[in-house]
Amino acid sequence: MRDMQTAEAGFQARIDEGVKIEPKDAMPDAYRQTLVRQISQHAHSEIVGQLPEGNWIGRAPTLQRKAILLAKVQDEAGHGLYLYGAAETLGVSREALIEDLLAGKAKYSSIFNYPTLTWADIGAIGWLVDGAAIMNQIPLCRCSYGPYARAMVRICKEESFHQRQGFDLLLALARGSAAQRAMAQDALNRWWWPSLMMFGPPDEQSPHTAQSAAWKIKLVTNDGLRQKFVDQTVPQAEFLGLQVPDPALRWNEARGHYDFGPIAWEEFYQVIRGNGPCNRDRMNARRRAHADGAWVREAAQAHAAKQRARPGAAA
Amino acid sequence: MDAEALFTFNLRMGDSALVLSQRLGEWCGHGPALEEDLALANTALDLLGHARLWLSLAGEVEGRGRDEDQLAFLRDAGEFRNLLLVEQPNGDYAATMARQYYYDAWHHPLLQQLAGAAEPRVAAIAAKAAKEAAYHLHRSREWVIRLGDGTEESHRRMQAAADELWPFTGEMFAADDADRACADLAALRPGWQAEVAATFARATLTLPASAWMPQGGKQGVHTEKLGYILAEMQFLQRAYPGERW
Amino acid sequence: MSGNDLPAPQESAPAPVDDWPLWEVFIRSQHGLAHKHVGSLHAADAAMALANARDVYTRRNEGVSLWVVPSAQITASSPDDKEPLFEPAKDKIFRHPGFYKVPPEVKNL
Repeated sequence: MRDMQTAEAGFQARIDEGVKIEPKDAMPDAYRQTLVRQISQHAHSEIVGQLPEGNWIGRAPTLQRKAILLAKVQDEAGHGLYLYGAAETLGVSREALIEDLLAGKAKYSSIFNYPTLTWADIGAIGWLVDGAAIMNQIPLCRCSYGPYARAMVRICKEESFHQRQGFDLLLALARGSAAQRAMAQDALNRWWWPSLMMFGPPDEQSPHTAQSAAWKIKLVTNDGLRQKFVDQTVPQAEFLGLQVPDPALRWNEARGHYDFGPIAWEEFYQVIRGNGPCNRDRMNARRRAHADGAWVREAAQAHAAKQRARPGAAA
Repeated sequence: MDAEALFTFNLRMGDSALVLSQRLGEWCGHGPALEEDLALANTALDLLGHARLWLSLAGEVEGRGRDEDQLAFLRDAGEFRNLLLVEQPNGDYAATMARQYYYDAWHHPLLQQLAGAAEPRVAAIAAKAAKEAAYHLHRSREWVIRLGDGTEESHRRMQAAADELWPFTGEMFAADDADRACADLAALRPGWQAEVAATFARATLTLPASAWMPQGGKQGVHTEKLGYILAEMQFLQRAYPGERW
Repeated sequence: MSGNDLPAPQESAPAPVDDWPLWEVFIRSQHGLAHKHVGSLHAADAAMALANARDVYTRRNEGVSLWVVPSAQITASSPDDKEPLFEPAKDKIFRHPGFYKVPPEVKNL
């Protein structure tokens, strides 16, 4: 037991020194489990996140917007793939992680349980949801686990266009007709609060924060990131000529930050529990894709096995 | 060259790429493996890129000020000139791959031929697109083989898809004056047949028997499916006419 | 420190039958540079792994050449052997040119 404690202290010392932990390095079980949970939740979010936006690929209003959206949704699949890959270095299989998601045992970002009702929602997702995600992800490029940090570097590099295309889309609507401006405002009204919830519960209600911070797999607090997001987003909304749907929102000169109104956390917990407007649709879509794809995956395996067995096949 | 023939031919190239891209986009987030989601989206993006080039050129040739978006979003089904093949539904993965393979095995050699066209704008688009189409063909061919020579179930599905879509392949080689002004479609046929026969042999698939081949897509007479595709694709431009996006 | 007392992760978890094997992907980003590890993916065979590597990892003009290797085929050194493997090289500073003081009058050395 004392050996174990010494080892954990040594592990913590390495992290404190800024040494990256790599797949085959010894690590406390709790560190590995926390990472698997965090990385796979992130991966699941990318995969489920394809659905609300994919919903509008067929209806994008110009060919250029269609190409941008298609490339962006494709990136989400790529990001999920990189993240599952990072989780797999911890000794779990992607298939097992996906099984957990489909069985309802794993979580994903609650934001993707909200519907995309209009084209402006695609802009709001890029601007707000990806904006919030990027804010969360940039610090993770410095996290203590090597494969996760490297995946995040790649993801952040690719994501940089996601937020901009969303803002650009909304800017076109904001400069358009009254109907287009109303569409943009309506999207902001519906996506603003769920975006603030994306950073997670207030710090005092977030049980894992201290340990994860010590392990450098959570580098900034939920409330810290949320404040930063509000501070940088409000002026952008003003530029768009849109009204942030929060009567309590005002600049606080003394704090040097925006004050904002209370978040309806009950809604957040209800959505996490599966009661959001689209939870069932999203999970059903993923389950159907996985089940419908089973024969395809099996066929590829069977063909590969036949090829290997054929005379003259490479070893 | 006859501008009207060139306009029609560009629409045919562009509309087929556009409609097939629209179909492939439906797979986004629903593919059989993450890797396949990415691959299908790559093909869809390439084809969308081709469509934009062909339609832009069509608008330029027509000279009435229509751009790629006006051509894509403001024509009704009767004015679309795509092959019937590409508007067929995704079905299962075997159907998607059969449709893709039949198209790619025609598309790639056609683009190679067009890369040598006398009209420099056509040649330039074709030369660029041919490189992408070569990869599409490589990928769809591999999948036809994999599914044909996979499990009993995948073989059955692949054969069914190959049979089902076979009748739509005749239209690819049936040329009218507009086609003849720009390409030699008939010359592509022997190569296409040899390609498909070789692939089907490796895939342990039976070549579908010759059947009556419906036509009309290239003249604007489509299957019922195209109307629904356009209803979805054109919705915003139709609901909010004249807006910028 | 070696951290010997902490459990090491499994080399690779047994994949469920349904899953394609894991491959590691290496990209040569431009001519003249070595291939570099960029990540992993799943594929049923080598041809598919190569195609998937192209579709997953070169969407932004990242490379001119690809390698794919079955993850199970990679033999890696153990972190426990870090000291015997790599410490001995540390004190042989005379292998590095900076060890030698060259008189300033001497050129081209």
